[in-house]
Amino acid sequence: MDVVMLSRLQFAAATMFHFIFVPLTLGLSVLIAVMETMYVRSGNEVYQRMAKFWGKLFLINFALGVVTGITLEFQFGTNWSRYSTFVGDIFGSLLAIEATAAFFLESTFVAVWAFGWKRLSAKAHCVAAWLIAFAGNLSAVWILIANGFMQDPTGYEIVQTAAGPRAELVDFWAVIFNPFAWHEFVHTVTGSLALGAFFVVGISAWHLLRKNQMDFFRRSFRVAVPFALVASLVVAGQGHFHGNHVAEVQPAKLAAMEAHFETQANAPMYLLQIPGEKENKLEALPIPSMLSILAFNHPDAVVKGLNDFPEEDRPPVVLTFLSFRVMVGIGTLMILVGGWAWLKRNNIDDQRLLLRVLPFMIPLPYIALQAGWIVAEVGRQPWIVYGLMRTSDAASPVQPGQVTGSLVAMVLIYALLGAAGIFLMVRAARKGPHKA
Amino acid sequence: MLESTHLYLAGIWFILWGVLWAVYFALDGFDFGVGTLLPFLAKSEEEKRIMLNSVGPFWDGNEVWLIAAGGVTFAAFPFAYAVMFSWLYTPLLLLLFALILRGVSFEFRSKIESPAWKKVWDTCQFLGSVLPSILLGVAFANIFQGLPFNADYVNPGGTLELLNPYGLAGGVLFLVIFVTHGAIWLAVRTEGALQQRAVNVATKLWPVLLVLVLVFLAWSWVGTKLFSNYQQYPVLFLLLALPVGGLLLMRVFMAAGKWWKAWFSSLAFIIGTTMFAVVGLFPAIMPASPNPQYSVTIHNASSSELTLSIMLGVALVFVPLVIAYQAWAYKTFASAPVGEDDIEY
Ligand code: HDD
Ligand code: HEM
Ligand code: HEM
Repeated sequence: MDVVMLSRLQFAAATMFHFIFVPLTLGLSVLIAVMETMYVRSGNEVYQRMAKFWGKLFLINFALGVVTGITLEFQFGTNWSRYSTFVGDIFGSLLAIEATAAFFLESTFVAVWAFGWKRLSAKAHCVAAWLIAFAGNLSAVWILIANGFMQDPTGYEIVQTAAGPRAELVDFWAVIFNPFAWHEFVHTVTGSLALGAFFVVGISAWHLLRKNQMDFFRRSFRVAVPFALVASLVVAGQGHFHGNHVAEVQPAKLAAMEAHFETQANAPMYLLQIPGEKENKLEALPIPSMLSILAFNHPDAVVKGLNDFPEEDRPPVVLTFLSFRVMVGIGTLMILVGGWAWLKRNNIDDQRLLLRVLPFMIPLPYIALQAGWIVAEVGRQPWIVYGLMRTSDAASPVQPGQVTGSLVAMVLIYALLGAAGIFLMVRAARKGPHKA
Repeated sequence: MLESTHLYLAGIWFILWGVLWAVYFALDGFDFGVGTLLPFLAKSEEEKRIMLNSVGPFWDGNEVWLIAAGGVTFAAFPFAYAVMFSWLYTPLLLLLFALILRGVSFEFRSKIESPAWKKVWDTCQFLGSVLPSILLGVAFANIFQGLPFNADYVNPGGTLELLNPYGLAGGVLFLVIFVTHGAIWLAVRTEGALQQRAVNVATKLWPVLLVLVLVFLAWSWVGTKLFSNYQQYPVLFLLLALPVGGLLLMRVFMAAGKWWKAWFSSLAFIIGTTMFAVVGLFPAIMPASPNPQYSVTIHNASSSELTLSIMLGVALVFVPLVIAYQAWAYKTFASAPVGEDDIEY
């Protein structure tokens, strides 16, 4: 394999692994802050025990999120040095802002929170919890603005420099207020909030079914369940507009998401469709004009098909298509189950079927988030910066042997640490909180 | 060549770039030192936990200075970021893997009450502290000395060439600096027998440190161009006040048993030494040797004027803020020796 392919694999493995932990950090930090606020307001000890118990799971997850993030920060330089030279003027500053504005805040206050139970007043401790939630989501803003630049570059001009051509900043606000980035932000953050909520709801259901610490888990359930429903509704609803925006600025990605080959007005959507890279293997049960409506909110809209893109500009179709289906399918299921749980929130104890289903929901938002990133990143191929730079021109001039070595070592280390971390979390989740 | 405002901005960022690395060494340095000393100083499980807890609330915040230093290299000198980390591919990834193992070991160690489990994470803690200290030293010594860049900046695969004598000397120097720094930190943060052992280590290492610093300086004088700016503008030698003063005061305060002051002296020594070297590099971020025309400098690696000025604004707002709340966190958690309340790990 060549350096580009190896680097793609390594980057995909490193980010996807990072993003196993990131969403729980983002979502659960908000729920913990809510719990602590309820403790400060009501003085009821059970809310403090809740913050501590969920906080223990949070901290294990957080450690893995932090260590996997550090590799990413440097991978643009190690593996994508040509890319870094090309976009550093814009992309690098966003990463630097993320570190100075968000990571310092997050890491400092996670420590204050974890070690501060005895040293801080309840109010100050609660402020620390909110600062963590704020800082984590702030880091998402900056990294997604950086990613938004790769998806739909704005606010730049191409300039010749001593080190070759590069994209230089001309309009900072155009970079910051890139609509693509804000779509990604709302979508990712609400998806993560849904994930955190289903996590709390699922574990609470597991204990409620076993009649453990009923009061504790009933309350945890009731704190989280509205978040699970509302965040699922928002992620799906806003996802539609996100799709509209993709249709507008990255038509090739949209065509791949739908495995849509022939340019046409009143484009249908097939309920049954088996995609291929060059043409569909099966198209049946069309809903007339549905694709035109979904993509452009109008039945007569023309949807450009993959056949009208030069072959070298087409993304992988099957993977993009399937990942998109998986994400949307899971999103729909999350709304249904979230709604069901919300309706029964007041007499949850005897809903045995619901309590049995909920723990199985825990992995689903994880899968949807990963699938969503595959849609966004694989669907952007063959471009690393859409329309400006191809992934094949972006890699570092390093030796294939070096990348093979680091890829193997990374996968091994991550697999071991990931297994240990998940084991510890499952153990702590099953054990439940200390008795009051 | 850059125009004058642009050049000024690039110069300011060069200094800030150096300051970020310097602060990173000064902060993560002491927790590397503590991690390195862990298997040697702690005689019981409780002492291990005290040692780990002395750095527990701080290591992550310290490590973010590395992320910030990397991010600033990327933002202010993208070409330098690209060349630095692709040229140093293998050592950098080793450094990152070591930091990964160390980071999780803090969180995982206490979660299962089994000696074998703890042993695994103590080993990770040790390796994750020693390796980064040495690797950072080797990498920076090689940068001081100049890397063999060519026209296309392709590393012909000579990772092992970094392990030349001067590079290795840098590795040993960093390790000894950090271990001394960590031992002084332990002297501040512990009590009783453990403290006594930490004091002994610090006291015994100081002369070693002194000799190493002198050797390294002399070697740099003959073997590198680090002193050419100083020879051209001798007034710059005044900058030596900080590292020399730090090193000497460190000894004075150690002898007087004033550990906080000794620790701050060590901090000043590390920052001063790094800045002394960084000023010697100017205007190169990474000098090329033997072909100086391929050096990566503020002239060929800087970001645009607009980016540099926006980033300066960002830095002026956030860096003081970060320093303020990190200082507050240090005050809150390091004001007294690690006691019963703090036993976490
Ligand atoms: C949508 C959110 C999001 C996304 C897409 C990414 N991250 Fe991340 N990152 C976070 C959200 C986050 C976080 C929530 O802030 C983390 C996760 C767990 C944590 O500790 O903080 C974090 C941690 C984290 C850290 C460690 C910070 C510390 O030491 O405290 C670094 C260096 C990065 N990330 C860098 C990256 C890079 C270079 C990415 C792009 C490829 C990236 N992250 C994708
Ligand atoms: C954290 C969630 C993310 C996930 C799960 C993810 C996933 C992926 C995947 C699967 C690829 C490989 C695509 C391919 O080569 O076919 C990729 C590539 C890449 N992504 Fe992401 N990504 C994430 C976020 C980001 C962010 C936030 C950035 C930038 C700020 C980014 C930058 C890149 C780059 C530079 C590449 C390599 C070049 C390429 O293959 O296109 N990614 N990512
Ligand atoms: C149910 C309806 C949903 C729709 C219509 C939808 C729509 C979209 C679209 C169009 C994209 C591609 C954007 C791009 O190319 O960058 C996307 C990406 C993504 N989706 Fe969804 N989505 C839905 C549900 C979900 C759910 C339930 C989750 C997770 C819990 C999720 C997580 C993500 C993530 C993480 C990305 C990549 C980041 C981004 O581009 O925003 N999505 N989604």
